[in-house]
Amino acid sequence: MSHLLEISDLKVTFGGLDALSGLNFHVDEGEIVSVIGPNGAGKTTFFNAISGLVETTEGDILFEGESVLGLEPHQVTGLGIARTFQNVRLFPNMTILENAMVSQHCRTRQLVFGALFQTRAFKQEEREIRERAEAALGFFGSRLVGYRLEQAAFMLSYANRRRLEIARAMATQPRLILLDEPVAGMNPMETAELTGLIGRLRTEWGFTIVMIEHDMRVVRDVSDRVVVLDHGVPIAQGSYDEVSTNPEVIEAYLGRPVESRA
Amino acid sequence: MTATLNRQSARRVSKVDRFLTFIRVFLVSLIVIGVVAFLAQQFAPDNPFARWRNPDAMGLTADQFKGLLVSGLSQGAMYGLIALGYSMVYGVLGFINFAHGEVFMAGAMTGFIASEKFNANGLWESNFLLCLVLIIIMAVGISTLMAVLMERVAYRPLRNSPRLIPLITSIGVSFFIQNAVMGLFGPASKSYPRLPEWLSKQRSILTFEIAGTKILVLVVASVSMAGLWYLVERTRTGKAMRAVAEDKEIAALMGINVNRIIVTTFAVGGAMAGVAGILWGLLFRGVTHMTGFLPGIKAFTAAVVGGIGNLGGAMAGGVALGSAESVAPLVILEPLGVPGVSQLKDAAAFTVLVLVLLFKPSGLFGERLSAEDRT
Amino acid sequence: MSASATPAWFQLDWRRVGRWGGLCALGIVLVSLIGMPVGLDRRIIIEGRLSLGYLALIWMPLLFGYLVPKRIVLEGVENPDPGIRDVLAGLCAGVLAGLGPLLLILGIDNFNLRKPLVNWSPQLLELLTFGRGIGYGVAVWFAICAVLGLVGSSMHVLPANVRRVVSFIAYGLLFISVLEAAIDDLSEGFGLESLTDAMYARRGGLTVKFSIILAVVIGVLSIVTKGRVKGAANHYKGLQGAERKRASMLLFSGVTALCIVLPMFLGMIMNELLANVGLFLLLALGLNIVVGLAGILDLGYVAFFAVGGYTTAVLTSAESPFFTPELHFGFALIVVVAMAGLTGLVIGAPVIRMRGDYLAIVTLGFGEIIRLLFMSDWLKPYFGGAQGITNVPHVDLGFAVVKGTDPRSVFYMVLVLCVLAVYVSWRLQGSRLGRAWMAIREDEQVAEAMGINTVNAKLMAFVVGAMMAAVSGAVLAAKVGSVFPNSFMILVSIIILVVVIVGGMGNIAGVLVGSFVLIGVLGGPRQPGLLQEFQSYKLLIYGALLVFMMLKRPEGLVPSARRSQELHQEEFLQDAWLKGEDHDIEEAAEAAAAVGGSEGTGDQA
Repeated sequence: MSHLLEISDLKVTFGGLDALSGLNFHVDEGEIVSVIGPNGAGKTTFFNAISGLVETTEGDILFEGESVLGLEPHQVTGLGIARTFQNVRLFPNMTILENAMVSQHCRTRQLVFGALFQTRAFKQEEREIRERAEAALGFFGSRLVGYRLEQAAFMLSYANRRRLEIARAMATQPRLILLDEPVAGMNPMETAELTGLIGRLRTEWGFTIVMIEHDMRVVRDVSDRVVVLDHGVPIAQGSYDEVSTNPEVIEAYLGRPVESRA
Repeated sequence: MTATLNRQSARRVSKVDRFLTFIRVFLVSLIVIGVVAFLAQQFAPDNPFARWRNPDAMGLTADQFKGLLVSGLSQGAMYGLIALGYSMVYGVLGFINFAHGEVFMAGAMTGFIASEKFNANGLWESNFLLCLVLIIIMAVGISTLMAVLMERVAYRPLRNSPRLIPLITSIGVSFFIQNAVMGLFGPASKSYPRLPEWLSKQRSILTFEIAGTKILVLVVASVSMAGLWYLVERTRTGKAMRAVAEDKEIAALMGINVNRIIVTTFAVGGAMAGVAGILWGLLFRGVTHMTGFLPGIKAFTAAVVGGIGNLGGAMAGGVALGSAESVAPLVILEPLGVPGVSQLKDAAAFTVLVLVLLFKPSGLFGERLSAEDRT
Repeated sequence: MSASATPAWFQLDWRRVGRWGGLCALGIVLVSLIGMPVGLDRRIIIEGRLSLGYLALIWMPLLFGYLVPKRIVLEGVENPDPGIRDVLAGLCAGVLAGLGPLLLILGIDNFNLRKPLVNWSPQLLELLTFGRGIGYGVAVWFAICAVLGLVGSSMHVLPANVRRVVSFIAYGLLFISVLEAAIDDLSEGFGLESLTDAMYARRGGLTVKFSIILAVVIGVLSIVTKGRVKGAANHYKGLQGAERKRASMLLFSGVTALCIVLPMFLGMIMNELLANVGLFLLLALGLNIVVGLAGILDLGYVAFFAVGGYTTAVLTSAESPFFTPELHFGFALIVVVAMAGLTGLVIGAPVIRMRGDYLAIVTLGFGEIIRLLFMSDWLKPYFGGAQGITNVPHVDLGFAVVKGTDPRSVFYMVLVLCVLAVYVSWRLQGSRLGRAWMAIREDEQVAEAMGINTVNAKLMAFVVGAMMAAVSGAVLAAKVGSVFPNSFMILVSIIILVVVIVGGMGNIAGVLVGSFVLIGVLGGPRQPGLLQEFQSYKLLIYGALLVFMMLKRPEGLVPSARRSQELHQEEFLQDAWLKGEDHDIEEAAEAAAAVGGSEGTGDQA
């Protein structure tokens, strides 16, 4: 059986510096995989490479057996890979509802004609877009729906912005969601809640998830597998317990103990 | 966004890309055909290819060609001086100061007013060099003041807003200054007093017949450029400027007074524009309130052609643009049978801009911008 | 003497007084030398008392007097107790401002700087001294500036009601006076000449008697209507979703109905003015889609205006050099729209991937290239060169003929097209495409990552905008009866940009208001507005307005509903903070319990 996402010998170079090199890695349908590593390890570059925001130097990225290299970011999203951003990037002056509606762009096709003449197909599609948007927003309880639908996104609290970003990614109807530090900046309670929701994204919505995360408890609670990157090179893969006891990983995070330097 | 710009879509090419390729090929083949036809006319005036589009083409004599080149160069040096202001401000603040052309115009206007006065009391005739130095100092003073005021009033409050906001503001500033100057000094074209005979007469240097004025322009421009180079590369202020261009926040943390450096940048750019204004006055003699508009845009073009933020590039871009706009219509368009090519000089300059951005979005010599501005 | 000896009410912020007073003096000198007082003196506001020329000077001490005491103590908190000190500051700044006229009067009297400064003239001196000698002029100007500075600053001290009445009267008088030509025209249409004869003096301007009556009426009205207008506006702003849509529809149909009925009672000049407003409104609606919705700063927008005009002229005029058949305007319009789409694509494709600011300059270049091409000898066999194309025929619609000499008919045609354009803008704004445009405006990279083909969407915006501009150009050609390259200067693009920005970017109502206020009052690039005397100064004012709006009110006169929310963002946050715990936190706690997370809240890892 082929994997949902398969990455072989991926290498990304910025001006002579290898941001990523020799990354071999796969994700199966229905998995939750975490990518961890110290700052500057190339995690976000990895996401950017998949979603087509940076150019890769070597290797290949296959999604459902097809290469996504050379595709525009919107084409990648069209194939079914959605993402969130580390520093939340919403459309601040659009309403919450619009934020979730606009991300269905690649799933819909009405253009000028339908809008001008309000054709039946146009109205039907608008209704569906709205329903799907509300469904995605409703995933987070009452926080993003009701009177908030018509509020501008910049009015949301920080945690809600993160939630809206996930809802926006969900609304693109992806098969694979890339979450870039979904709980960063959240308080412990919010973190706990979101950890549960990430699990439900798989069970209820059927998404496969790749997640970059620094919070080890979240990583431990939700992920099936963990990949550790350091300086652009994968240094360990496996279950949370295997990885967390791996001496190389500990060294990457904590540095080499003083005495062994001699 | 740079990523999206540079990315080579290896396998899937969109319609827009195909269309762009078509435009590129079309423009390049147009230029090639024009140049080849021109060469054909030069070497064998009667061959059918030379006569193909333009049966009565005369070709150019060597002297004509040299003349074109020299006027292109001197005009280009002026564009280069103005372009420095665009480039420096873009490098430091990341926005196009559209009103920079007006700073240049203010320099030219100041020069006119001062030289008029000198001419009235005879100093212009008797001691031209002193007058020249004086009007350059005055023009530099006024232009610098104007650039600094502009920064203080219109741009500083917008320091952290999205890139297009200060651009729109600068369009307003430009409009305001143009029309204020028109109101103050009237809409009529004003002309500098006649230059002394010993300066304006033709001289022969290295087989080039050059009017003395053009030599003066080239000399003054090179001296100013050298001065700027020294300032930016060899002084503490220059080092601070480069640091601010790289990253404002870090520069501030390193103890650099960012505001002062930005003001200095505007001031230096303004001074260069002031010098260019005087040179314009000496070269073309006519000045109006609209003098700043086209040279301003062309200078920006020069800055982009050379790679914005890159000072050497700005100067090189200016010279390249100046020569291109004086040579291209006759070398490329005339052989293609386009009548009245001298009217298309400005169009040629803009075409250079489009062409450069189509092939190398970061200019011929590469941009030097801070990380945040590159997107 | 130590500082404590000066009484508290005299402890002024002298630096501030000096700065604003000095700026005001400079402003008076600048405005005078630009020539506004002399140039605008012909236009009378109140008969025998006030002309627009003097008004161009005296608004400054008034405004600066108002600004001097307005001090922000803390962010968002104004000076808590305005008192005699602030009034005094205004007075001092006013006295300082009097230096401006003083310098001018003495300067003009003693030196001759006429050579570079064209307005350094005896007329200016005459105007500044009120024709009664230097001493009188200087004294009176000091008095005027001081009094106006005092009035300006005392606005902070006066009770809100008085302030309201005073400012209403001032605005009202100005408004009625500016509208003189329109009201004159309208009353003629209704046969009420006797009314306007009483209102306006023969040489223009309100009569003194009528100004007093008007002031009283406005004063009374402002007291009676207190709070109602604002309440209604707030009610409207507070409406959500469908209700708001219905209210907007009602408002819009009201405006349209007015637009249909009003021209029937207006004369030539006013209809001409309305037709111009409509023409530029059409342009502004197009640019609003490009700049306001999609966030593409297209400075070469005029190119499409030119394409529309020239296509129409070539197709319909018998004089056009290479295409002699005279096609019907209706058919030409279809070709115009198609041509505009095509040019939009051709110009749009190379620039659409450039950085926003490069795009602005390159489109500016294109706008200029197109004009130069139309003007060149090269294309003279097609477009007539600098002489342009003349003899563009009237538009024969079967039931009516639209021609430039009958501006009413032009206005109705423009009205139909504007309504169409508003409809298109409105529908697109709420559609999938409109949302994509807004997303691109907000953050292009993220929009791309969220599955929007940004290149296509931006091109689409370019094309739709181009079509509206081209239709406007077609109407212009038919209205004027000819096209010249110089009708399509870059200036037009920039004026349209000012209209869109002053009105409120991305907001249809804003664009409507912007074109009525700017094009109607100040006038278009060549077309006079209500204040015809402004002809030579309007570009200056457009420039100043653009800078002012960007600095002080980037959301425009009529901010879109969401932008106005943005302004109150802080209030919302404060409310949330005052209510104590963010209820999100409580919810999160419940949810966490439900999920059964084992983490304690005190864990600090």
